[in-house]
Amino acid sequence: MIRFDNVSKRYPGGHEALRGVSFHIPRGQMAFVTGHSGAGKSTLLKLIPLIERASHGQVVIGGHNLAKIGRRRIPYLRRQIGIIFQNHQLLFDRTVFDNVALPLVISGLRHQEIGRRVRAALGKVGLLERERAYPITLSGGEQQRVGIARAVVHKPPVLLADEPTGNLDPELSREIMGLFEQFSQVGVTVLVASHDIALISSLGHRLLSLRNGQLVAGEASARATA
Amino acid sequence: MSARPPRRSATFAPVYLVRHAQVLIASLGRLYRNPMSTLMTAAVIGIALALPATLLVALNNLQRLSGGWNGAASISVFLKQTVSDGQAADLASRVGAWAGVGSVRTITRDQALAEFRRLSGFGKALDALDSNPLPAVLVVKPARQNDPAAVQALLLKLRQLPQTSMAQLDLQWVKRLAAIMAIGRRGVLVVAALLGLAVLLVVGNTIRLDIQNRRREIEVAKLIGATDAFIRRPFLYSGAWYGLFGGVAAWLLVSMALWATGGPVQQLALLYQSQFRLIAADAGTVLTLLVGGALLGLLGSWLAVGRHLAAIEPS
Repeated sequence: MIRFDNVSKRYPGGHEALRGVSFHIPRGQMAFVTGHSGAGKSTLLKLIPLIERASHGQVVIGGHNLAKIGRRRIPYLRRQIGIIFQNHQLLFDRTVFDNVALPLVISGLRHQEIGRRVRAALGKVGLLERERAYPITLSGGEQQRVGIARAVVHKPPVLLADEPTGNLDPELSREIMGLFEQFSQVGVTVLVASHDIALISSLGHRLLSLRNGQLVAGEASARATA
Repeated sequence: MSARPPRRSATFAPVYLVRHAQVLIASLGRLYRNPMSTLMTAAVIGIALALPATLLVALNNLQRLSGGWNGAASISVFLKQTVSDGQAADLASRVGAWAGVGSVRTITRDQALAEFRRLSGFGKALDALDSNPLPAVLVVKPARQNDPAAVQALLLKLRQLPQTSMAQLDLQWVKRLAAIMAIGRRGVLVVAALLGLAVLLVVGNTIRLDIQNRRREIEVAKLIGATDAFIRRPFLYSGAWYGLFGGVAAWLLVSMALWATGGPVQQLALLYQSQFRLIAADAGTVLTLLVGGALLGLLGSWLAVGRHLAAIEPS
């Protein structure tokens, strides 16, 4: 589902964030990208929804070579990917419902269908009773769950999360990771960037370790034990 | 999984229209929630549109006024003193039957005297005369006023009548006025073009600020797969609304200007024995203001959106 083939990324300033990274995550697998800050975790994730483009090598998502996707087709690629951000990226002038509904509005779904799916997604993350609330009134953990609901509401085959538990206490973090595991069990390919080694090694999923932009462990599809 | 745009299905058009209608209403709601800035922007656009519109309405009134004179720019045939009122009426009915003559009005010698007495204020002096010095007059209106050759031919024909002492057609000043008004019209066009440009800039700048204020929202929308068209749409509609409201404001301003000047103009007209009254902007002008305003707003926001949206990319 997610295939990196000898991928390098060099930023305009000359900084080389990724060097010759190759791996493949099959459909429905859940994997972690880990490494120190600056090791290239975020860059790796950004290449998948074409927030950044690879300088060398190939990124293939669901059989599509991203190098061949032009600017105008990027939105349609991104609709196939749910993204969860460390800082949530919620819109604070809209209710929880409207935040979660945004991907469906963008896809042009009908009103009734949007209501049904948003409530299903909010129910999944346990925030059904907060749909009329504004994000600012929610706790950090709740905001993150709203972000997750928004990322999965349109049922994307790929789910990316960049430090989703960065600001959360261990118990909440474990809860969030549990949600991701549920999604991968229904066939969603999940890739989570995290430096919380203690938490992710306890979960026992595949681990891609980056150091200075190079993959030092986890190339093979086998489950790693960091 | 596919990264291709969805195919346009049979149900595409209604859904597409519904979405447009939703954005149209939503952008209106957004303006409604910021009433002060919306009103200010609409007022600026309104003033910019009101200036050429007022000039245009003033020109239309002037043209109507001179048009009234144009109708009166008939040929005055002063008959010889020896022609009696009866003969004058006879002649009038004969001339009235000519081809090329619209209508003929006879001013008898007594009527002429009465009118002169009333208008000139020389009543006392006239009383001193023992006979009426004024001739009878035929006021001949040409059938085809806009055909100078026909009018000229008619004039010659009237001059050749044995009863005619003098026949005159004074169109020169009407022509001059028409020429001046043509220049005025051109001037209005230039002013309108300049102020239209100003409206573009005002709307463009407002939309630019709007885009900056909603930068985060745009980034998030792009991250979750919004197309450029989706992101552009609310801004375009906002621009059109600004323009439309500006058009309404301009209409109100023009109406107020007419209302404010109506009284004095009527007084001036009365001094000239005229029933002239200012007329308000006609439906065509109002429609032009509203539609033109909306289109200018749309164009202004289009320019701003084209320039500024591409610069916002999630990182």
